Amino acid sequence: MSGPSDYQPTNPVLQWIERRLPILGLMHSSFVAYPTPRNLNYWWTFGAILSLMLGVQILTGVILAMHYTPEATMAFHSVESIMRDVNYGWLMRYMHASGASMFFIAVYIHMFRGLYYGSYKEPREILWILGVIIYLLMMATGFMGYVLPWGQMSFWGATVITNLFSAFPYVGDSIVTLLWGGYAVGNPTLNRFFSLHYLLPFVIAGVVVLHVWALHVAGQNNPAGVDAKTEKDTVPFTPHATIKDLFGTSCFLIFFAWFIFYMPGYLGDADNYIPANPGVTPAHIVPEWYYLPFYAMLRSIPNKLAGVIVMFSSILILVFLPWLDTAKTRSSRYRPLAKQFFWIFVIVAVLLGYLGAQPPEGIYVIAGRILTFCYFAYFLIVLPLLSRVEQPRPVPNSIADDVLVKTGSKAAPMVSTVIALAVAGALLAGSARDARAENQETPPPLKWSFAGPVGKFDRGALQRGLKVYKEVCSACHSLNYIAFRNIADPGGPGYSEAQAAALASEYKIKDGPNDQGDMFERPGRPADYFPPPFPNEQAARAANGGGLPPDLSLITKARSYERGFPKFIIDFFSTYQEQGPDYVAAILTGFEDKPPAGVTIPTGSYYNKYFPGHAIKMPPPLNDGQVTFDDGSPATVVQYAHDVTTFLMWAAEPHMEARKEMGLKVFVFLIIFAGLMYFTKKKVWADAH
Amino acid sequence: MNPDASTIAAGAPIEVDLAPIASGQDIKVFWRGKPIYIMNRTKKQIDEARQVPVASLPDPASDQSRVKEGHDQWLVVIGICTHLGCIPIAYEGNYDGFFCPCHGSQYDSSGRIRQGPAPANLPVPPYQFTSATKIQIG
Repeated sequence: MSGPSDYQPTNPVLQWIERRLPILGLMHSSFVAYPTPRNLNYWWTFGAILSLMLGVQILTGVILAMHYTPEATMAFHSVESIMRDVNYGWLMRYMHASGASMFFIAVYIHMFRGLYYGSYKEPREILWILGVIIYLLMMATGFMGYVLPWGQMSFWGATVITNLFSAFPYVGDSIVTLLWGGYAVGNPTLNRFFSLHYLLPFVIAGVVVLHVWALHVAGQNNPAGVDAKTEKDTVPFTPHATIKDLFGTSCFLIFFAWFIFYMPGYLGDADNYIPANPGVTPAHIVPEWYYLPFYAMLRSIPNKLAGVIVMFSSILILVFLPWLDTAKTRSSRYRPLAKQFFWIFVIVAVLLGYLGAQPPEGIYVIAGRILTFCYFAYFLIVLPLLSRVEQPRPVPNSIADDVLVKTGSKAAPMVSTVIALAVAGALLAGSARDARAENQETPPPLKWSFAGPVGKFDRGALQRGLKVYKEVCSACHSLNYIAFRNIADPGGPGYSEAQAAALASEYKIKDGPNDQGDMFERPGRPADYFPPPFPNEQAARAANGGGLPPDLSLITKARSYERGFPKFIIDFFSTYQEQGPDYVAAILTGFEDKPPAGVTIPTGSYYNKYFPGHAIKMPPPLNDGQVTFDDGSPATVVQYAHDVTTFLMWAAEPHMEARKEMGLKVFVFLIIFAGLMYFTKKKVWADAH
Repeated sequence: MNPDASTIAAGAPIEVDLAPIASGQDIKVFWRGKPIYIMNRTKKQIDEARQVPVASLPDPASDQSRVKEGHDQWLVVIGICTHLGCIPIAYEGNYDGFFCPCHGSQYDSSGRIRQGPAPANLPVPPYQFTSATKIQIG
């Protein structure tokens, strides 16, 4: 947007529009003719990636909102309906959930790029501040979005974070009541968070428009940090930057697709597959990974109000960066000391993220305090000091000179930093997973037919598992999300529709009221759901010694165990997602008649090797010979445990096979596409270098 | 955007019958969306609470000020940790009181903070005895 455009369309219709609303000229001058520095590297692709991710989130979000119910007793159920019944609902949900993480990965890289190359310096201060505003809006949006599924982590994360505001004197409690819409986190909270979660992305879009406008006034920064002076310094945005961004974006999409199709639960928390319970606090309340560094800083400070102030300041301090770092040289490439401190800062940030997921005890607390100090010291001490004392190396005379000087060594730092960041990111992501280590034996990893990128459910196991559920587990455990028709769905046990109808008719389903106003029983139909064994929670507890047998529809996704280092890094590449099934099968086979010496189990409980705390209220449910299988499979506890766990994994994720199959097709497409973009980019840029 | 009329109405006072709660037991009731512990304290718990010098507490308060006169064994507190809002577990921790598993705050048998990051004692909700064995909370 540097002055009136000289673009004139040839088509008379377009000329008519252009005279009245010069939008085509605006598009042309901003994204076609726009002079782009010719020495930009791939760190500059992330602006385009962020715009794409905002679009993806809005699109998937609007579609999800067509099927989601923002009411406390129905929200969790509506999300499961999206996953099971809405056409490609599972895809929309995983895209949106993984997309949020991708959005934050991209924004952090984008911000670190700005830090390293001095993109916040004069005349781009307002551009930078608009970016901080976008970041804050993203954090608010992400927080409220995570509350919407109304799982345990949704509810308790909301409780902890909204409670923060009570730290402020005088106004604190009023702010919290306003956020809650009641006396505690509840339905009014969920409703208003949904409203704001729908609104804020469009506010973000508006601020992004201002952000791009501010960018186009100053022009892009570049790795050399010198201004563009002549035409030799720049290339037209289209086709040069467009094709480079297309290539970079397609690589990013491959990374994104890996999460959607093969590792959808990797960055999430198993506890969020348990419906919210205001009476039970989870053992470890952990925010999503992108909040972890700030959570670590909050918990480092022993005083409540000071902790909140430190946490907010750690973001607001970014606003003052252009005035804290007044060095004339923009790019850290030519500032050897600043470069080293930058990388130390990156490590500090990643370590703070790791600490945010650990229990705040012992050495973690001390480390958190030291690292919080380091974080602030970088902005308040190091950068201002370096502005005064550092001797920078000489910068190139112009962008064109910088391009001519370019040797192969420029590519190497890019690759090595990508690797370093990937490792750091993996460490961070792995730590974000539940830290439930105490009092728990690690379940042995078992072989599952559905594991891995091309895993499929073993049909025989699914059918045998259904039999085990029906004959053993259904006495106490409900399976509320599975309907009789589901056993005839593709990717499942593989029964015919007639068989599903026959199974349904074996059950008596409560229905009514009839015309006399009475409830009555009738035989089940395929559309009915498996009926629960107890009419309500109190009846279930009364029949089970006070314990509540959990619903089993999601049990294999709602349970997990800590994999530890370095397994969680290897898991990312091997697509290990079977913590839940390993745990469930371990529980079923982990009962022991006598607890080990010195361990006492309260009366009414049973000793189980793998249950946290070892005392489980469920008596050993499986015995050899209990269920006979038509296909002659062994009637053993190990077989039952394997089969019923396979069945429960299908019950938790009926579309798993479709997900993995689509993933394969998407990967093939994206790899070919990225390859084509790469060669096109090389062709387009051949003349520019 | 402040709480609407139905939310406020749902927060009307509730009556709780204390007769079924034996000495050394506690129950949890919900009022205004918050869990409330009602503990029937043993003599040992009451003595332990009263022997602590008040001035040494992080949030000084006497045990007598946190219970109703003549009903000293009944402790009624809101079971929300004053640190970041988790629900502390009753009859856990070093002070025969409450232990919050989230960040390790420990409260004594009067619900007062003794150790850990929580800044304040477990709040006492407004309540009164309507008879020897019934209280009204709110």
